[in-house]
Amino acid sequence: MSKSVSVRVNGQPVTVRAGATVAVAVLASGATCRTSVSGQPRSPLCGMGTCFECRVAINGEPQRRSCQVLCESNMEIEAGG
Amino acid sequence: MDSVKHLRFDVAVVGAGPAGIAAALAAADSGKSIGLMDDNPAPGGQIWRGAQSAPRRSAASIWFDRLNKSAVQIIRGARVFHTANGELAAESDDSAIQITYGKLVLATGARELFLPFPGWTLPNVMGAGGLQALLKSGLDIAGKRVVIAGTGPLLLAVAAYARKCGAKVVGICEQTTRPRMVRFGMKMLLVPNKAPEALRFAYDLRGIPHWTDCWPVAAFGNRRVEIVRISRQGQTSEIECDYLACGFHLIPNVELPRMCGCRLQQGLVEVDEYQQTSVTGTYCAGEPTGIGGLELALVEGEIAGYAATNWEDRAKHLFAKRARCQKVVRILKDAFPLRPELKNLARPDTLVCRCEDVPHERLCEHSSWRAAKLHARCGMGPCQGRVCAPAAEFLFGWEIDSVRPPVFPVRCSSLAAIPAHPTKLNGGFR
Repeated sequence: MSKSVSVRVNGQPVTVRAGATVAVAVLASGATCRTSVSGQPRSPLCGMGTCFECRVAINGEPQRRSCQVLCESNMEIEAGG
Repeated sequence: MDSVKHLRFDVAVVGAGPAGIAAALAAADSGKSIGLMDDNPAPGGQIWRGAQSAPRRSAASIWFDRLNKSAVQIIRGARVFHTANGELAAESDDSAIQITYGKLVLATGARELFLPFPGWTLPNVMGAGGLQALLKSGLDIAGKRVVIAGTGPLLLAVAAYARKCGAKVVGICEQTTRPRMVRFGMKMLLVPNKAPEALRFAYDLRGIPHWTDCWPVAAFGNRRVEIVRISRQGQTSEIECDYLACGFHLIPNVELPRMCGCRLQQGLVEVDEYQQTSVTGTYCAGEPTGIGGLELALVEGEIAGYAATNWEDRAKHLFAKRARCQKVVRILKDAFPLRPELKNLARPDTLVCRCEDVPHERLCEHSSWRAAKLHARCGMGPCQGRVCAPAAEFLFGWEIDSVRPPVFPVRCSSLAAIPAHPTKLNGGFR
């Protein structure tokens, strides 16, 4: 059995496999990552740290690229802002 | 408050994909101190993303074993954002890092080319490699309907991978023509070691429609993609899907080589037979010298690593192997030229710059990339034009040549950690 890790996305618990990135947790929660400057919802495009579309707040720190950060137990993720 | 780390290596390698890993290991044979740094949380680059934890023995695991047993110091999650006078400035999550080096190997890899079409900014429209990266990072796609579109062999690899992960791959939309695709397949069968790979793909993709002369025209959906409209041999049709994975082949990451002062030719880093760039003591390996795939990246990395540690004899032994691998560069270049119809996909209100939400019509008013940046804010957001500049280059024929530090958005504290040598900043911070 593979290990899993639990985080919260906008307050809702989400469980992903150990080693999964925050971007994966956000997608699994059904949320989108950020709101663009003209108000559009956005989610990951490149998946490898170059496009900056997957930015979310992690443990209160805004503008983190969620595809480059691994989920840690009890992380608080704010997405869609 | 962030701490500042100071590191010194005989050879610093930027980029821990196959080219960087091979360079670091070859250089480590000399017994010199080697540092291998990467923006990502783990080494492996994109092709070996997540492969370190894979249980079965593979080409990747052999390289990872060697890396783990070596004296190479791996610096994870380190973004190199500035370089001058034999020093690199990087930042990690919790510190600024100053790296001094004797020799430098740049193995910065490639990213996907994205082209704007109506709806391409909808959630769940992502890169083809982008979807694969997310799958390797743990995305559960079982039972989801996926359309894969764009151009190049990556589409086949992604389709096979997505299917293996349980996705229902509805179809592959390849913009190139059927004759080009057939020629590509036949040429690849003649490349040593490529035939088994090609046959495996053919088996893995059995039953999945592969449409040539086919590309996405628009994507629709409420908050996320639900329908993609495709053009297929002149006819349009609509397909329901949960994900649209769309990438138009690869472009090299040349921002850092450019900032190091390395000369480029036709968008690629110029190197000599030892992979040395126009800057003495700075080497480049892998995709930035020409999109050629895994085997070429590995052998170029090894040559660069040996050359950077004055082991020319060992480097020379690999020249013939590199020449064989370089055939793939030419085959790829010929097979997937972008068709002109793709320039007409963006409507006036289609966003080209996704960071600053700049529509196509705002770019038409300008005659150069610089003017578009200054007047329309295109490419002025956090990605610094990594997505929209290559698109604008294709759409408008603009020359994209500006790069200045920091090449990634960084914390003020990381900027402040750079030693105060005003002449080193190239005017970038003024």
